[in-house]
Amino acid sequence: MLITLALVLAGLALLALAAPVLARAVLGVRLVYAGAALASLVFALGGIVGLVSAPVTLALPFGPPWGAMRLALDALSAWFLLILGLCGVAASAFAFGHAHGPEAPRRLGPYPLFLAGMALTLLAADGFTLVLGFELMSFASWVLVAHDHEQADNRRAARLYLGFAALGGAALILCFGLLAAGASAGAGFAALRAAPPDGLRAFAILLLVVIGAGSKAGLVPLHVWLPLAHPAAPSHVSALMSAAMTKVALYVLARVVFDLAGPAQPLFWGALLMALGVGSAIMGALRAAMEEDTKTLLACSTIENIGLITAGLGLALAFRAADLGALSAVAAGAALLHALNHAMFKTLLFLGAGEVLHGAASRRMDRLGGLIHAMPWTAGLVLVGAAAAAALPPLSGFASEWLLLQALIAAWRVGDLAFQIGAAAATALAALAAALGAAAMLRFYGLVFLGRPRSPRAAGATEISGVSRAALLFPAGLTLLFGLMPGYLLELAAPALRVLTGAGAGLSALGGVTVTVAEGGAGYAPLIIFVLLLLIGGAALFFARRQAPGVMRGPAWDCGFIAPPHHLPFGDPATQVSAAGMAQPLRRMLGKTLLAAREAVEMPPPGSTAPARLQAGFHDPVLALIAGPLPRARDRLAALAERLRDFSLRQCLALGFAVLLALMALLIWLERT
Amino acid sequence: MSFVSALLTQLLHLALILALAPVLTGCVRWAKARLMGRRGPHPLQVWRDILKLLKKRPVLAENASAISRAAPYVALASAILAAALVPSFARGMVLAPFADLLLIAGLLALSRFAMALAGMDVGTAFGGLGATREMAFAALAEPALVLVALIFAILAGTTNLDVITGIFQEGALGLRVSLGFAAVALLAVAVAENARIPVDNPATHLELTMVHEAMILEASGRHLALWDFQASLRLTLWLALLAAAFLPFGMAPPGAGPIAWVIGLLVFIVKMAALGFALALFESTIAKMRVFRVPEFLGAALLLGLLGAVFLFVSTGLS
Repeated sequence: MLITLALVLAGLALLALAAPVLARAVLGVRLVYAGAALASLVFALGGIVGLVSAPVTLALPFGPPWGAMRLALDALSAWFLLILGLCGVAASAFAFGHAHGPEAPRRLGPYPLFLAGMALTLLAADGFTLVLGFELMSFASWVLVAHDHEQADNRRAARLYLGFAALGGAALILCFGLLAAGASAGAGFAALRAAPPDGLRAFAILLLVVIGAGSKAGLVPLHVWLPLAHPAAPSHVSALMSAAMTKVALYVLARVVFDLAGPAQPLFWGALLMALGVGSAIMGALRAAMEEDTKTLLACSTIENIGLITAGLGLALAFRAADLGALSAVAAGAALLHALNHAMFKTLLFLGAGEVLHGAASRRMDRLGGLIHAMPWTAGLVLVGAAAAAALPPLSGFASEWLLLQALIAAWRVGDLAFQIGAAAATALAALAAALGAAAMLRFYGLVFLGRPRSPRAAGATEISGVSRAALLFPAGLTLLFGLMPGYLLELAAPALRVLTGAGAGLSALGGVTVTVAEGGAGYAPLIIFVLLLLIGGAALFFARRQAPGVMRGPAWDCGFIAPPHHLPFGDPATQVSAAGMAQPLRRMLGKTLLAAREAVEMPPPGSTAPARLQAGFHDPVLALIAGPLPRARDRLAALAERLRDFSLRQCLALGFAVLLALMALLIWLERT
Repeated sequence: MSFVSALLTQLLHLALILALAPVLTGCVRWAKARLMGRRGPHPLQVWRDILKLLKKRPVLAENASAISRAAPYVALASAILAAALVPSFARGMVLAPFADLLLIAGLLALSRFAMALAGMDVGTAFGGLGATREMAFAALAEPALVLVALIFAILAGTTNLDVITGIFQEGALGLRVSLGFAAVALLAVAVAENARIPVDNPATHLELTMVHEAMILEASGRHLALWDFQASLRLTLWLALLAAAFLPFGMAPPGAGPIAWVIGLLVFIVKMAALGFALALFESTIAKMRVFRVPEFLGAALLLGLLGAVFLFVSTGLS
């Protein structure tokens, strides 16, 4: 299996190399995307095979000077490879359906490279290969974020992304360096596992991997690039970045913290991850409830979901520290399940936003509206994704968030009073984030698809067909399916859970038609709930329609507002709720404290006929922190460095010799210790 | 035999809840009118209105989509299913293994989401306003509910309502401060979720103060009947939930015979009447609060829930 996967990686690299030539004709573009879809399909199949079979490793015949590059496929890699494959199939099919002519090589070429980088990160079995894959993924996605570089906003987003990618990459290199420092033979995972770090070194590794993987996954406070960069990329790449790339980063986090850093970590590691996760969940959900751009809103919702997954991972770590194996499996199961479910519905939502951008030519929700009439297929499929993202039963988002909340509710069993209180607060915050996410999804769906068109372009939107529709149908179907069978997915994920929670943990209670948390605990049977909902709804339909069949059409009642005149078929689009208006209650309730939201009314002077204006907005406090002091520090450093230019020849020579002497002194000191 | 008994209990419970829900709303309205010195409509008036509306064809706005037509059924189905999960006169119904508090919250969220979508479908100002406010209030009410579920789970070991009721009925836990906090938090959530005073006014006709009613302004005919029925069901569900958690006495245990059912039924009706009267009294004595004061109200419920959990940790840690 691994050889096949390695060959697929090589094939993707070849496709990327041939992309400049292939990009000239529509056939070549389609070839690249078809190849990417095929490769993704192999990844998904490889993931399933990896989950049901024993781990395998493969040493490549080349590599860095200190040893060969190694690939491995164990259950944890396989689970994330499955996620990557499923997202890749949908995103590539979408791109295939939208390929109508030659494409810019810088938009086409990095795409297979991006997929290959993510897969290489997941398959890596030594530190070098992992960092190589991670950097390949960062670099390729950076090119894709910057593809439309004529717009200043995109340039800014790409620059910010590059900065965070560099920070993350540096932290990961240091992290694996520190891990390998204790190992006897290179940075292969087996060698790293044999010599787990301890004490201060372990803590430094935790911090470095949280910075390295967290900055890619979008954990607060390293999330500021994400709502800017994800929307700037083409829609299918946005989908992959939000759905798959963040999961790859979480895989790195889980691999290092759960697997490579040894079998037992102190409780506060888990508490740290939980705090970061819950903070991200709140921040992301709140921002999603206020953003006015469809793709930015979805990117913020990604931050929320990544936060929930990280909280689940942190809880699993805490349970493992407290030697509660079965509960650790529940928390880790919730995290893995939510990673899969989020990947599916977020792919669907981003591709749907891409269709809207294509059909109605806007990402701004204040220029959309009423698309359910012009784009019924897209509207119906996106509703599935939005309802899943809003954690509504019986869809997939509810199943995993239910499991996560159950795990959080059981967190008091850890026994440490401070942890118990923190976990209770985390439970409330996770529920708050889930409810805020529901509000954000209602806002997204209601503003884009419901109501009346807010611009002529939205009124004349066109529906999709063919491959693109299938690209949306695929994740929508999986979202429905995964929502109905979480127990079977957990059974499939059991080997991966064993990697996370240690061998022999009690996994028997999970799985089957009914997901049960523990013996005698609460259970959730989505299939039965779904059938009952259908039965009751059908009965209600039968009884209600038997009495009065059919409907009548008339102008909207709207509390007696008169119907619009004939030359305005949709009335005044401003007489319905706007994006800023829908954000107002939450902006006032929570935004003022968390996001420095502000509202100001500019009243004209008495007697003036000028309109009064309401100014409302918010800004991310972390972005302000980066936009302010960081450039100032850079300028100060640059000014200091400028002074070097005024040095005389003697001073320059003295500086060179001083540096040489200092380096030699350092070398002598290192040799002696 | 036990399965047949459980199935029979479930069906009886469902029939009882479906028949009782509009009557309960009618009784609360009647009691409120009497407390205010009016004569008030007959308690069965809500039922009569629903039956009358069911016979009428709905008038849909010209630009209403399939959402407007499907949402009432989705909301009603999820509300009925949620109501079927909350035990009324007997424990041990067929659906008892699924009567999870978080699932009930999820089903109520589904019902709310469907209503909010219907409110936004036509693109009127009031519908969007109501949907926005409803979701914002729910954002604060849901964590409070989850914290109450947390307190129950620590005391009873599970979030399954049927098991919780059974353990509370045995009275082994005695009175606890945390349960008091949980009761107050749950009451506040119930008031907000049912659009009652002081959060929302169910009888208002001033559009700017509406939340719940604003979303169903465009509904008419049988759709309106379904929405009204759904609102009644939610009120009954919440009162039954409060009764099951905090007044669990008199309920028939699993597998009990018809005599225990009759006793349970009578006790349940008395409990519902008492809670309904308390609600009417509460609503008559206070004024509706400003919309932007509601977060303080629900935030207090959230804090009470957290405080209850912390008390529980401290007390179990010391004992």
